[in-house]
Amino acid sequence: MTTQGVKYYQVGSRAVGNRLLDPALRTEQASLERSNSLNSGHRACQGCGEALAARYVVDAAMRATNGRLVAVNATGCLEVFSTPYPESSWQLPWLHSLFANASSVATGVAAALKATGQDDVRVLAQGGDGGTVDIGMACLSGMFERNDDVLYVCYDNEAYMNTGVQRSGATPPAARTATTQAIGLEPGNPFGTGKDMPRIAMAHEIPYVATATVSELHDLEAKVERAMSMHGARYLHVLVPCPLGWGSAPADTVLLARLAQRSGLFPLYEAEHGEVTSSVPIRGQVPVEEYLRPQKRYAHLFGDPPRTDILSRLQTIADRNIARYGLLPEEA
Amino acid sequence: MDKPFAITLDVKSSLANHTGTWRSERPVYVDGLPPCSHACPAGEQIQAWLYAAEDGSYETAWRQIVNDNPFPAIMGRVCYHPCETACNRGELDTAVGINSVERFLGDEAIKQGWQLPASAATTGKRVLVVGAGPSGLSAAYHLRRLGHDVEIHEAASQAGGMMRYGIPTFRLPRDILDIEIARLLETGITLRLDARIADLAETMRTGHFDAAFLAVGAQLSHRAYIPAGQAARILDALSVLSSAADGEQPKLGRTVVVYGGGNTAMDAARTARRLGAEDAIVVYRRTQVQMPADELELQEALDEGVRVKWLRTITQVDEGTLKLEKMQLDDNGVPQPTGEFEELAADAVVLALGQDVDRALLDTVPGIAIVDGVVQIDDAMMTGCDGVFAGGDVVPSTRSVTVGIGHGKRVARHIDEWLRHTTARPPNQLGTRTPVAFGQLNPWYFNDAPHAMRPRLDLARRTADFTEVVGGLDAETALYEARRCMSCGNCFGCDNCFGVCPDNAVLKLVGAHSYAIDYDYCKGCGLCAAECPSGAIEMEPERS
Amino acid sequence: MRRQIEGSRAIAETVARCRPQVVPAYPITPQTHIVEGLGAMVKAGTLAPCEYITVESEFGAMSAAIGASAAGARTYTATASQGLLYMAEALFNASGLGLPIVMTVANRAIGAPINIWNDHSDSMSQRDCGWVQLYAEDNQTAVGLHVLAFRLAEELSVPVMVCVDGFVLTHAFEPIEVPDQESVDAYLPPYRARQVLDPDEPVTIGAMVGPEAFTEVRYLAHHQLEQAIEHFPRLADEYAALTGGSLAAVSTYRVDGARTVVLALGSVSGTIKDAVDEIDEPVGVVTLTLYRPFPVDELRTVLTAAEHVIVLERAFAPGAGGVVSADVRTALAGRQTRVSTVVAGLGGRAVTKASIQAMLADAAANRLPELSFLDLRTDIVEEELARRDSAHRTGPHSQGVLRIAGVPGSRIG
Repeated sequence: MTTQGVKYYQVGSRAVGNRLLDPALRTEQASLERSNSLNSGHRACQGCGEALAARYVVDAAMRATNGRLVAVNATGCLEVFSTPYPESSWQLPWLHSLFANASSVATGVAAALKATGQDDVRVLAQGGDGGTVDIGMACLSGMFERNDDVLYVCYDNEAYMNTGVQRSGATPPAARTATTQAIGLEPGNPFGTGKDMPRIAMAHEIPYVATATVSELHDLEAKVERAMSMHGARYLHVLVPCPLGWGSAPADTVLLARLAQRSGLFPLYEAEHGEVTSSVPIRGQVPVEEYLRPQKRYAHLFGDPPRTDILSRLQTIADRNIARYGLLPEEA
Repeated sequence: MDKPFAITLDVKSSLANHTGTWRSERPVYVDGLPPCSHACPAGEQIQAWLYAAEDGSYETAWRQIVNDNPFPAIMGRVCYHPCETACNRGELDTAVGINSVERFLGDEAIKQGWQLPASAATTGKRVLVVGAGPSGLSAAYHLRRLGHDVEIHEAASQAGGMMRYGIPTFRLPRDILDIEIARLLETGITLRLDARIADLAETMRTGHFDAAFLAVGAQLSHRAYIPAGQAARILDALSVLSSAADGEQPKLGRTVVVYGGGNTAMDAARTARRLGAEDAIVVYRRTQVQMPADELELQEALDEGVRVKWLRTITQVDEGTLKLEKMQLDDNGVPQPTGEFEELAADAVVLALGQDVDRALLDTVPGIAIVDGVVQIDDAMMTGCDGVFAGGDVVPSTRSVTVGIGHGKRVARHIDEWLRHTTARPPNQLGTRTPVAFGQLNPWYFNDAPHAMRPRLDLARRTADFTEVVGGLDAETALYEARRCMSCGNCFGCDNCFGVCPDNAVLKLVGAHSYAIDYDYCKGCGLCAAECPSGAIEMEPERS
Repeated sequence: MRRQIEGSRAIAETVARCRPQVVPAYPITPQTHIVEGLGAMVKAGTLAPCEYITVESEFGAMSAAIGASAAGARTYTATASQGLLYMAEALFNASGLGLPIVMTVANRAIGAPINIWNDHSDSMSQRDCGWVQLYAEDNQTAVGLHVLAFRLAEELSVPVMVCVDGFVLTHAFEPIEVPDQESVDAYLPPYRARQVLDPDEPVTIGAMVGPEAFTEVRYLAHHQLEQAIEHFPRLADEYAALTGGSLAAVSTYRVDGARTVVLALGSVSGTIKDAVDEIDEPVGVVTLTLYRPFPVDELRTVLTAAEHVIVLERAFAPGAGGVVSADVRTALAGRQTRVSTVVAGLGGRAVTKASIQAMLADAAANRLPELSFLDLRTDIVEEELARRDSAHRTGPHSQGVLRIAGVPGSRIG
């Protein structure tokens, strides 16, 4: 007979830490030794998902690299709120060049580290969705196809928030932005537009591609850890709710990320060399409405009468993700 | 490094920017009132002892319990656990098995020989406790801890009161009772058995007592007038239970009817089954919804083959047969006779219609008021006689072991204050605060984990003897069950606030599972409060 | 040892001897032979340690160079024409961050119309990007300038652009002496970055700077760039001492006693010297190697006696006129010196001795206007302008001109 020890913890695997968990199983964010790579005093909005995700990701990468890490940052909210002269919030070597070139700059950093024999120092590039899927796409694709030794992290808040919430190639259908207003026959961002950057990354057959959210911290850290255990081009796409751009309560940032995942609109998965290797099953599926309703950018879908036709199209997108990534496996 | 002006900045420089000025609301850590503690008649800090049990600190957990209740092993068997009814986890899956964890801790204490805490320095005051039932023993324990000399006078030949004479052994084995009472007495309490008091004033004078606590209970079975034939066999539930408890085998016959709907009725019916009755039928004049018996005990009785006839009164008892009248609820839910009758074969009728207080001693005490058969007390639980307090079943209240124990704890504090001539006592916070509601929690963080059911005796074996029906949890299961606690309103160190703050404005204090908000940087976004699993952080408007 | 080699090859070998550690490269005519040469050397292992990155664009090339330089590597790249413009944003960034990148610009025209031949429109368009700009008169100078460029860049922590005329120099086979490794090593110490991305000493590079400090940052950058004027002669002297190669920020030819001086940048200077050799009237030639920062004092000195300065430019500012001449006019402010702008050799049109001599004859006869275009086919432009006057809407200007000319009006000279 085999016995199984108590594996149930008071808050399972979802909380940041837990005194009942072996410290090795707690998140880096539960540790007093975490790097706080993005430190207090930054000027991100209240409840900023990107600020949270950036610390989560970079701290995890710092742990994975034993602090031997260099970060390159694209122009955008993250850069602006963290480094206004004379105050920097970063606690690791950090370089900002331009909007479109974070991946190429990181390529150069990685090359320099190799050429100067600093093999232990690793490189992380990061940017928002605009700097990644739109203006930075050419450089990023180059970084991918050359398999440069960089982990590129996209903090996706689904629009150009720094410039005042304009549409990007990552803006989801029906979402209201300053350039896709909630007016006309097809209010908000048109259906049939936008790009799926993780899948584009996968098409490059790079060693590692993964998606993550600020609500699934253990998952996010495991993915950073996995990414940093590899060399070559790696891509991490993190959904980061934006209270300003999404019209949501600052306190709902983690909740919305969770609902995005639970609705199927934001699938969590990993892929290696172009093939999906794992996905995170949805626990407690919710209809897309539950995710959309708290966000003012979708308020036009919940008027009188509600736009059930549009909601149904968005549900179809979620259902397709669920099918594509096997997010609702049959109960054992 | 030669850093160019402005373009290149030093790390940590953003600490100069105190973003706390943005805040319109501030998070604060609260110690909310968990609904379990709120519902506990004994005032146990349940969340606190579950917290200790969660990491296997069983002795710490047990010591937390006995701070309020000296009988964890008894509680873990006989308490009807209103804590579980109140438990917020019930809204997620099923309530935490608080009672079974308490029993595990109680049994573990017996196994390990843990002793109750030592008393405070002696005050030189002497308190007479009349009655060694739950409230009397509890009061004695707490008074002793406060440093008073306590002497218990018990009319019966053994201590325990209703725990011994009213609760069947299949629910509370007597060795458990004996051990926990003995352990309590070892704190330095004098117990006099077979010591019925005839004159309270005389006893207090000769014993040099400064105060007295009347905890004589309600042991007279309530009699209802039922026309009965000469050969009719009518017994009262307490004597049946008491005889069974003493190991006697009262002959009840093959078919036994128990009249009443309380827990005593259930105990009597289940005892009848064990005494050989093939059919034990409870007759109750109302419906199941109105039945005062604990749902769990009814279920256990039904599981053991006890039958219930709802909406019936007994109008006539004859040898071998009963006459029942069908009742019907009126618009106010009160049962009214219908004039329809039926017959029921029965060898005996056991009356379980409640208990009355024995007034013999009470009537000797000057100033005591007795209304509706129970002693009237003031807010400090004192009777009309100065220095004489009362509690347990003699005062108006729900009658249960746990309530009695709670009375004992409360009255000990009141007596202590009276003896010390102090009146300034801290407000009873438990009474004035609102318990934490399910909606204040973030249940996402709690895995669905079903209630670990205590093993039950095999049904066939159950009615055959008086072996304890409900088994205890093993250590692993108890740990599992304790960890299901959602820690309502109280931090349990999950690090969520520390983790989810986008501004690193939650500080984790070294060496303790506790945190502090750094208001220099907290922007008041509320993420820590929203993501706190247990609702232990509240947002308050910022003071301007 | 002088060898008969292609200019691009000489530049590639010279750059290799400067031991660049990172070379991001994106091909564009006429720069290709340089980066091909470096790529081959890295592949062969003769240039090591060096990371050669085949980036996806010039923007990517300069971006990778920024990263590499900031991480402490000596970094080199090369581009031309459209490519230089495609990296324009990154050029400003590299200088703003004070990164000592060295880049060869194989000068080429900018479209539309697309044109692969030589002029200075590309680098002139980036004259204000904060880089040092050096223009090579010939391949031997180009070789020397590259060595000096690394030293200058790293001493000042500013990026340096070495401008070499496309095709004219890059594709010219001629006897060139590439300095030996020992000399270059002696001249150019290993790179030590002013600031670097170092986990042992983390800093934030590239902060956002607002109105409260932006002017000061810009002033300091300007001041830093101007240091190149002082540094250049010393570095040139050191270079000469080690290699015998002669380099000068401003060089003169027959200016003594010349009332007229022609000022030019790059390879056209040789043709001008040949042209003035053959005419009777003494005309001097000033070759401007250091264009950014602009060596005002030195120019004022060498032009002290000049009454008429003719700036022969391989680019111009449409709607305004001369680019370099504007700087010269500013330099000579307060003097009576006449300054004329002659735009010549656009898009690869040959600048011949005859044309220069004709232009100088006009100048001598006081017929040279303030702005003129050397060898402009006036018949074509006049016809086109007449046609335009008669039709409100016409096609693009360039198409109209080509239709009139009937043939591509260019040849590599």
